Amino acid sequence: MSLTSPSTFSASAEVLPAHDQVVQSRAPVVSIDQVSVFYGDQCAIQRASLTVQPGQLMALVGPSGCGKTSLLHSINRLTDSVAGCRVTGETRVGELAVNAPATSLRELRTRIGMVFQQPNPFPLSVADNIRFPLKEHGLRNKQALNQRVEQNLRAVGLWDEVKDRLQQSALSLSGGQQQRLCLARALAMEPEVLLLDEPCSALDPVATETIEQLIRSLKGHYTVLMVTHNLAQARRIADAVTVCWVDEGCGCVVETGSREAIFVNSSNPVTRAYCSGEKG
Amino acid sequence: MNLTQRDWLFTVTGGLLVCLVLLPLVAMLFDLLRLGLPVLGWEFLLTAPSNAGRSGGIAPLLISTGWILLVCLSVAVPVGLGCAVFLNEWLLPESRLSRGIGLSLDVLSGVPSIIFGLFGYQVFAITLGLGFSILSGGLALACMVLPFIVRTSQQSLAAVPAGYRQAAQALSLSQTGMLWRVVLPTASPGIAAGVVLATGRALGETAVLIFTAGYVLRQPDSVLDSGRALAVHIYDLATNVTGGTSHGAATALVLLALILIATTSVRSGAGLWSRYMLEEKR
Repeated sequence: MSLTSPSTFSASAEVLPAHDQVVQSRAPVVSIDQVSVFYGDQCAIQRASLTVQPGQLMALVGPSGCGKTSLLHSINRLTDSVAGCRVTGETRVGELAVNAPATSLRELRTRIGMVFQQPNPFPLSVADNIRFPLKEHGLRNKQALNQRVEQNLRAVGLWDEVKDRLQQSALSLSGGQQQRLCLARALAMEPEVLLLDEPCSALDPVATETIEQLIRSLKGHYTVLMVTHNLAQARRIADAVTVCWVDEGCGCVVETGSREAIFVNSSNPVTRAYCSGEKG
Repeated sequence: MNLTQRDWLFTVTGGLLVCLVLLPLVAMLFDLLRLGLPVLGWEFLLTAPSNAGRSGGIAPLLISTGWILLVCLSVAVPVGLGCAVFLNEWLLPESRLSRGIGLSLDVLSGVPSIIFGLFGYQVFAITLGLGFSILSGGLALACMVLPFIVRTSQQSLAAVPAGYRQAAQALSLSQTGMLWRVVLPTASPGIAAGVVLATGRALGETAVLIFTAGYVLRQPDSVLDSGRALAVHIYDLATNVTGGTSHGAATALVLLALILIATTSVRSGAGLWSRYMLEEKR
């Protein structure tokens, strides 16, 4: 995928439906097969398997310490930079084998965007938060850069709030605005997959509501994996749900399926107990 | 004793302790001003010393000091910063190499300055043939302040929020681009504090310089010439020259002012650079 030419599609919420077909063909299947993540001798999650269909939103739910975040970090190989971390099993993003030695980390991470639990905009200006990564990836044209800033800030509904202070530090924005800027920064790279690691957990209810609506609007255009502690949130916005649990000190996937299969029709006792609030 | 009384007691005790800390500083300054102020003036700053420093000024010494500091910082800052960046950004923090280097830096920063003086004399003056010169002195001083600069820079680099780096990794940004655009500007106030500390130590150092830069009073013609630093001059006036007290005190006042100027300019320079890098609209 080339970042050197101005974007061919706009992710703006108002414009998206017209480009549905174009975008939807880009969103790949994400399949995780028997993936385990270890930190030294400590096992974070063991033999996890799940599949996210193109353009679907999969919520990863479960109690703290069940390896949800580790699993998420193994998809774009953020686990590579953790000393002593080992990942086994096979993850595929479309046709790309994530852990294959030939896979370029740069290509992988350009295709996968990520938003973290704590908003982490760079201490640069609002506009530079989007411009800097694009420039690093070779986009130099000033006009194209500014166009990409506007288009992605519009896509996350931030444009009207910040258009008069694009040169101000991103750190002066509120928590919710910072998180939306981080999402805009990820979207500007034109990813096909989005990994969201509890994107609302550091935000107040109003900001959470805004981000939730935003995530909902992303469905269909990106394949999304979202870690959340908030079951109600998963119920509201997810197409599919994976329940993780801790078994003998190690995380595991208990059940994975459509939202109805998990929340309504599950026969698994752990899932039922967790979803009804008896456990976890 | 009720809460208000206890608060009051704490406030008073704290205030007294602060006074106790300030007392030696104020007393010293008062003494220096009393002895040195009558001598201080433009003439003192602009003329050469005469009669072994009992009369005349300190012009050549100011030049020597400036040169020594310049040599010292222009070697120690890039080398130290480079080392800190390598340790913090390229080595895994818990690796054996990183811990080994860290330990040796800590040992080095505890070595008495006289050892650096003898080392500088042997290596720079004798082995490398630089003789008693500004260059030998500056380089020996650079060796002495290097561990400070590395350690303080390393700490400020480590204090850059981990979230920035994580975001950079997820966006697949180059380490160099990230370092230049985000990490160094964010860490620069802390790095500047290290440089300030090093500058203060370098300006106040005598033991290292007596063996390397020498203590001739004349103005140096080049960095290969010998020259006397202000701190060495104060030491000499205090120990070897009877009747040199007031000129020594005046020199000390000039040295204090220099440290103040250097400190403020390094700090504000780093602040300006950081703001320029972070706000730049390229």
